[in-house]
Amino acid sequence: MGRYVLRRLLQLIPVFLGTTFLIYALVWAIPQDPFSGKCGQRPCDPSYVAEMSQKLNLNDPLLIQYFKYLGNLLTGDFGTTFNGVSVGEQISTSWPITFKLGIIAVIIEAVIGIIAGVLTGLRKQGFLDNLVLVSTLFLISLPVFVTGFVLRLYLGPQGFDIMDTSVSTDPSIGELILPGFVLGSLSMAYVARLTRTSIVENRRADFVRTAIAKGQPQTRVVGIHLLRNSLIPVITFLGTDLGSLMGGAIVTEGVFNINGIGGLIFRGIQEKEGVLVTGIVTLLVLVYLLASLLVDLLYAVLDPRIRYE
Amino acid sequence: MTQPLLEVEDLHVEFRTRDGVAKVLNGVSYHVSAGETLAVLGESGSGKSVTAQTIMGILDMPPAFITKGSIKFRGEDLLTKSADERREVRGEGIAMIFQDALSALNPVFTVGFQIEEQLRVRRGMSKADARKRAVELLDQVKIPNAKGRVSDYPHQFSGGMRQRAMIAMSLALDPELLIADEPTTALDVTVQAQIMDLLAEIQKERDMGMILITHDLGVVADVADRISVMYAGRIVEHADVYELFRAPGHPYTESLLESLPRLDLKGQELKTIKGLPPSLTNIPPGCPFNPRCPRAFDRCVTEVPAVHNLGMGRTSRCHIAEEVVARG
Repeated sequence: MGRYVLRRLLQLIPVFLGTTFLIYALVWAIPQDPFSGKCGQRPCDPSYVAEMSQKLNLNDPLLIQYFKYLGNLLTGDFGTTFNGVSVGEQISTSWPITFKLGIIAVIIEAVIGIIAGVLTGLRKQGFLDNLVLVSTLFLISLPVFVTGFVLRLYLGPQGFDIMDTSVSTDPSIGELILPGFVLGSLSMAYVARLTRTSIVENRRADFVRTAIAKGQPQTRVVGIHLLRNSLIPVITFLGTDLGSLMGGAIVTEGVFNINGIGGLIFRGIQEKEGVLVTGIVTLLVLVYLLASLLVDLLYAVLDPRIRYE
Repeated sequence: MTQPLLEVEDLHVEFRTRDGVAKVLNGVSYHVSAGETLAVLGESGSGKSVTAQTIMGILDMPPAFITKGSIKFRGEDLLTKSADERREVRGEGIAMIFQDALSALNPVFTVGFQIEEQLRVRRGMSKADARKRAVELLDQVKIPNAKGRVSDYPHQFSGGMRQRAMIAMSLALDPELLIADEPTTALDVTVQAQIMDLLAEIQKERDMGMILITHDLGVVADVADRISVMYAGRIVEHADVYELFRAPGHPYTESLLESLPRLDLKGQELKTIKGLPPSLTNIPPGCPFNPRCPRAFDRCVTEVPAVHNLGMGRTSRCHIAEEVVARG
């Protein structure tokens, strides 16, 4: 197991280099003047262009540029935007918010999704089963921004006034629950369906029959024997989803006006702030890579048949 | 003789599916006493496993429905008991082992955990005591280096070892009756013999009752005391094992024995029973075996044969049972 972990960690290095290089190239190798529109209506001052080009190593070949960027990154320097704001600082203020939002979304989708999936899987074709199947289909077919706007409008003060749907600049966990629900809603539907299928498949499995024949209480038959086996694919899905949720936060953060990574990257793309975009995407890549590593390791813990040597 | 440990009386079970009602059990009766091995013999689909699952109470209901009959364990009818009372009997009173131990054991838990679970949940044993007992049990079923293997997962065991582990698990609560549902079918021949020997030994040691479900006559001959032969959801013949092999009392048993490969008939073509077992949604009128029976006559098509008592606890459901036995 230890060797497997080490090998997987080493594998992360080329993947990290490859993906970040691609991102860097996509952002900086576009055939467009990076300074166009940066200084209002007029073309930029040649001294400013020269200074920034020097700073961003724009005169070097792309590969050299990339490695210089990477070198700075490794020392914790994310660089600055065109108007001199530190990217690292911007990321460090917005990152915790998005991270919190993502964790809340994963928890919501895991708890609600798994409970719904287990209940419906055990009782196929009942009222609850149909309810969950229809409502998850509904969630899957709705784009997230629609779910977000509708919930925000109807639950908020202009609608039924059930809760305060606005989110402050430094949001508390409570404020992030509704956005978290919206962010996780699509995956929640998938988790419910995945769990349901998995439970239905395993419910008639021989080892479940054995557990019943052993005279184990129903709660243990379902909660230990059935669930443990059925959750293997679900956990895998949840792990990879944590990475995608960080990226998916762009829309949700937009709808709820949250100052997270999503809003930052959106602004970065709009304003062609290459340094900002590469910085954030690099971070997202890292989160994604670590999440999938975690899934692979969890997989080995959950299913002993796949112990890595 | 004292009261039998288990008495199945006139058990009727049907499966109600979209394609119709399959009458899987049509009046099964048998009994087992402590220290005795009853072999239940029959082709696939004859209802031998369903009978066992009904006794255990692990039948999926629905689609299965018990329409008639009783299952008395220590004199009490299991079918009238509550779900919780029945659960108490499982493992403690009656334990069961299955055909394919690999799929019957939970792949994500260690063999030790699955044995200890019984002791801890049902007996309230501490973790350490349960572990100790699990090692003892694995030792009893002759798993070498039991102490080292107790924390292995089922997939790390060989086929025979897995079935041994399964047996150890079934013995955890010292059941009075063990139902072995084709315990050796998934194993190769040499291992089959070892497992059968082990079962026979344990049964003798603990004075347990045992129901051995099989379609293998060879397995039966060695370990069984009595045999019940099933066909289309009925016991067609019931006899002492020696008597049955000496002179079968039902044409079906007769055909089964004739289809055994024999050394003295080397080179000759093996006899088979022509035709297929009847569809359980559409059992032929009269004796269900009549379309395949070499001795069938007109009465067999119209009249269901009653149970003929042949003496010494021997019964046969054949109109001409006496004649069949006499010829053997």
